[in-house]
Amino acid sequence: MDAIRNAEQKPVVVVDDVHVIYKVFGTGKKARQAKGALAKKSRMREVHAVKGVSFVVHEGETIGIVGSNGSGKSSLMRAIAGLYPSTKGAVYALGQPTMLGVGAALLPNLSGEKNIILGGLAMGYEKKEILDSTKAIVDFSGLRDFIDLPMRTYSQGMSARLRFSIAASKKHDILIIDEALAVGDRQFRLKAEERIRQMRKDAGTVFLVSHNMKSIQDTCSRVLWIEKGELLMDGEPKQVCEAFIAEMEKGDSE
Amino acid sequence: MNLADYAHSHGLKQVGVRPKFIEYLGQVWQRRDFALTMSLYASEAQNARTRLGRWWLVLLPSLQALAYGLVFGLILGDLRPANFIPFLITGVFLFSFFSGSFSAGAKAITSNGGLLRTLSFPRILLPLAAVIREFINFLPQLALLPLVMVAFGQDITFDWLYLIPIALLMFLFSTGLAMISARLTVQVKDLGKLVPFITRLMFYSSGIFFEIDRIFAGYPELLAIAMLNPVYDFISLARGALVNDMHMTPFLWVVSSLWSVGIFLFGVFYFWRAEARYGRD
Repeated sequence: MDAIRNAEQKPVVVVDDVHVIYKVFGTGKKARQAKGALAKKSRMREVHAVKGVSFVVHEGETIGIVGSNGSGKSSLMRAIAGLYPSTKGAVYALGQPTMLGVGAALLPNLSGEKNIILGGLAMGYEKKEILDSTKAIVDFSGLRDFIDLPMRTYSQGMSARLRFSIAASKKHDILIIDEALAVGDRQFRLKAEERIRQMRKDAGTVFLVSHNMKSIQDTCSRVLWIEKGELLMDGEPKQVCEAFIAEMEKGDSE
Repeated sequence: MNLADYAHSHGLKQVGVRPKFIEYLGQVWQRRDFALTMSLYASEAQNARTRLGRWWLVLLPSLQALAYGLVFGLILGDLRPANFIPFLITGVFLFSFFSGSFSAGAKAITSNGGLLRTLSFPRILLPLAAVIREFINFLPQLALLPLVMVAFGQDITFDWLYLIPIALLMFLFSTGLAMISARLTVQVKDLGKLVPFITRLMFYSSGIFFEIDRIFAGYPELLAIAMLNPVYDFISLARGALVNDMHMTPFLWVVSSLWSVGIFLFGVFYFWRAEARYGRD
């Protein structure tokens, strides 16, 4: 298999011909569909988001993932994290990957502080450990003034800060960061990137999905370009990012 | 060498697959603090959003008992059970715990998308936390029951202590029930709509405001079935412990214990079988 390239290095994640197919129910009738109550409804649609991706990640690599919106990046990451098991093919990993995505609050009605504690417990912290770490997590997030407010009142950026701080407080063998830094401000992004480089030094494997090419080139040792559910390119950060940007600009001028 | 063999030869494990049952229980035990803490926080958060807060936990079932008491007390007339108020309040309070657990279980997975999409942990912790939360909310009602008994002229006896094993059996039973409803509503969304209907049906068939043996006296087959209804059995036990002239029978203890252990074990196993499917929408 050509996915196995450095036979002497130790693999951490093996992605073997992964397909992700979503079955979406309840899309209802098409907006411009004819007529009458008896017209056949399109009740279920299949979306083939990832179409047979294979690659191997070795110890100490930080993988950047680029690709346009809807290219299947997030679906692939969720398959790697085991949150949405692949429809066909399989992902193998050394330890349980942790995923950090954009999106809603963990538990919207609870305060930031309680989200820290529950998030920590769900990640496998002992009760005492997480209580001891709470202060450090709050400090890292820079949200001290808002920590007793319910998480539903947080902005996207604040929510992302908090979730990154929770996830980054623990040593992970494999951490997947899915555009979670995109909504944060520049200052926090730099702090988070520094933290990611630190994790890599501690032999952790990090996947970073981002549309910020500078961020990817600053932190990653290898970049994968996913387009229309397929792996288009896999190589040096500079090379892949330049090819990706060139393609995007070509799309603009057409 | 293919990729799967290559991965296995380096000790990598497939992600997103259901762990073995024993392993799964181990993970659940390891993260038990999560379920406990989450239920405490959720209970606090629920009660923090209204002015009367915790008082609603006893106010709401009391108001319900009052409404049913007025309506059915009049309709039933002479068929009204003796010691009607203690009889009714015991039934309504206990039933509110069952129905609360059932509907909380049904929502445990479907309403926690944010958590499920972000973190991987044994999903069974969510319905478990939901039932613990319902149990915490049930405790004030449990404490109020003896006071109601005294206020309505019931004798103070050591039998009241039987409420403790009864509550524990009810907890086991409700946990199993919540696991089952949690999985069912994920697989068949439509069932979520039926939850209030099923709850209503259980309410009217469990003898909350009437004596099943008197109403069904002319239909021995129906009576036999009604006597096996676990909700009825739990409520009858509690009435036997609290209300004058009502008795806990060995039959009730045996049937309710079998239901509790059976539904609990089945529920945990049934929920685990679909572990890899939760949070996939």
